[in-house]
Amino acid sequence: MNRMEWLANLTPTQQFVLFSVVKIIFAVAILMPIIAYAVLVERRLCAFIQDRVGPNRVGPFGLLQPLADGAKAILKEDFTPEHVRKVYYWLAPALCMIPALLTLAVIPFGSNLGNSNNRMVIADLNVGILYTFGIVSLGVYGIVLAGYAANSKYSFLGGIRSSAQMISYEIAMGMSVIPVFMLVGSLNLSAVIDYQAGRIPDPETGRLIQHSSGLLSWLVFKQPLAFLIFLVAAFAETNRLPFDLPESEQELVGGYNTEYSSMKFALFFMGEYANVILSSAMMVTLFFGGWTLPVFGLEQPADSLGKGLLHIGIFLGKMAAFLILFIWVRWMLPRFRYDQLMDLGWRRFIPLALANIVVTAILLWVRA
Amino acid sequence: MTPLHQYLFLSALLFGVGLAGALTRRNAIIVLIGIELMLNAANLNFIAFWRFSRHPELATGLMFVLFSIGIAAAEAAVGLALIIAIYRHYRTANLDQFDSMKG
Amino acid sequence: MDPVFAFLALLTTAGAVAAVSLRNLVHCALCLVVAFAGLAALYLQLNAQFIGFAQILVYVGAVAILIVFAILLTRGSEPGNQPILSSSWQAGLGVAVLVLGALGVAVASSFVRYYPVSPAPQPTVRELGEQLMTNYVLPLEVIGLLLTAAMIGAVIIAMHEKQGPR
Repeated sequence: MNRMEWLANLTPTQQFVLFSVVKIIFAVAILMPIIAYAVLVERRLCAFIQDRVGPNRVGPFGLLQPLADGAKAILKEDFTPEHVRKVYYWLAPALCMIPALLTLAVIPFGSNLGNSNNRMVIADLNVGILYTFGIVSLGVYGIVLAGYAANSKYSFLGGIRSSAQMISYEIAMGMSVIPVFMLVGSLNLSAVIDYQAGRIPDPETGRLIQHSSGLLSWLVFKQPLAFLIFLVAAFAETNRLPFDLPESEQELVGGYNTEYSSMKFALFFMGEYANVILSSAMMVTLFFGGWTLPVFGLEQPADSLGKGLLHIGIFLGKMAAFLILFIWVRWMLPRFRYDQLMDLGWRRFIPLALANIVVTAILLWVRA
Repeated sequence: MTPLHQYLFLSALLFGVGLAGALTRRNAIIVLIGIELMLNAANLNFIAFWRFSRHPELATGLMFVLFSIGIAAAEAAVGLALIIAIYRHYRTANLDQFDSMKG
Repeated sequence: MDPVFAFLALLTTAGAVAAVSLRNLVHCALCLVVAFAGLAALYLQLNAQFIGFAQILVYVGAVAILIVFAILLTRGSEPGNQPILSSSWQAGLGVAVLVLGALGVAVASSFVRYYPVSPAPQPTVRELGEQLMTNYVLPLEVIGLLLTAAMIGAVIIAMHEKQGPR
């Protein structure tokens, strides 16, 4: 117990800084391997869908393939073409990766470890979802700058397309989650999870009261339309098929990353996967109960270390399911045409999301 | 905690920079940037006054800034649409050359 | 002076100055992003979390991107070595300096210098929402109308002339 005393002797600020640093290191240390293995899963799954074998040479079942990929990306010559705008060319891949990592900060990836009252979220912001959307909207810069920096028309077209696409679908995405927060009554992501586990704050005192809960109290069953719009918008925001127009190979060579090679190209790639992983995490948190499961008392915050770890495991499992959905859709659906994409965003999803808000408001008003 | 008047000085400085940009540059987009900076300087004032007010629970300054951000978004959209429409016509975004009343 | 404030003030001012003075328009737009982000951080420092993130969402994520977009669509318009200042820039600069001086004198001579520092307020999103739905419901409706009108107006203005009204 010597170590615990040392911990208790710290001031609250020191404890806060220490726990935050530990959580950040933990979260990034989990995210990076997931990105690496998401690429492997993508390649294996794609091979399976196309009736091929896929990478299986490096290590058992190709499990060491990400290491080989990483080594290749680093060892390849870091070629900078003559005609690019140097500063932006260097800046753009980093700007692609940073927003994805920043979003990680507000996602509650577990309840707590043991009895400590330390929630497994790096920053439990009051305005969590606003933060998320603010940071997600920064993702456009990496792609626009890459398009501008490359100084070639394919990259430029890719960058312009992507910024229009991402801004359009941000609106649909932002509007789709408003009904969720109308039900929950808070913008805090931990509060969203509490709501789905049946812990609803009393309107008078603000204390959490345990209501009966079950699978049906997950928001995906209460707001299926919101979830559908969010899911499709997430595909568009992450530039994944069927909405990967910014990099559509057949028309734009490679889109915004045409002129990139080696590690800088790998950073774009990792940024894309980080975005996919984090939108999966957002969907798990907003619609699928986060780290809770409505069985065996797993919807309550953990009271032991094992249960705390189990909660993190549940979260990662749900996230992996979405990851596989992302990959599966990519190899199943053809690409949209650009006007179809815009039509879907502006003329279908935004009115639908608005109607969903109005209907939810009326339902809440009738119930009150 | 930083005293109120330092925020006000910063805001005045931003307003001055924005105004200088809006009045001296030829390019219409930079003029728009200058106007946005002036709006933001005003927002900073509102937030600073709200923070130091005796009744922050009324949130008057915050409300003003929320509405101001909304107006700024509308202004940027219309302004840039105008600039693009004019650019299509004159093939330039320089304000000096927009000198005829008739197209 | 508080070092955090000093850093953010310096960052914001430098971004703003660069945004209105550089020759390359894309540089200008990106420096504007720095200024907006610095302001958002200042709002956070002033305990206005909601406004701070709204600033990032609207200004950095939408307005600045729109400006970059407009710059990329209208680029190539200026042959490299044209003057960047308008013909009447001396008068404009004079007015700006006068305004800045007047504002500075006004702040320096006002009683806010002796204003006490009150404890930090903790506004919740719920309180803001309640205010919006009670005291400020009319401005909210007007803003909604304004944004709708602006959106329609922007679409009509920027629509390609050759197509004409359908």
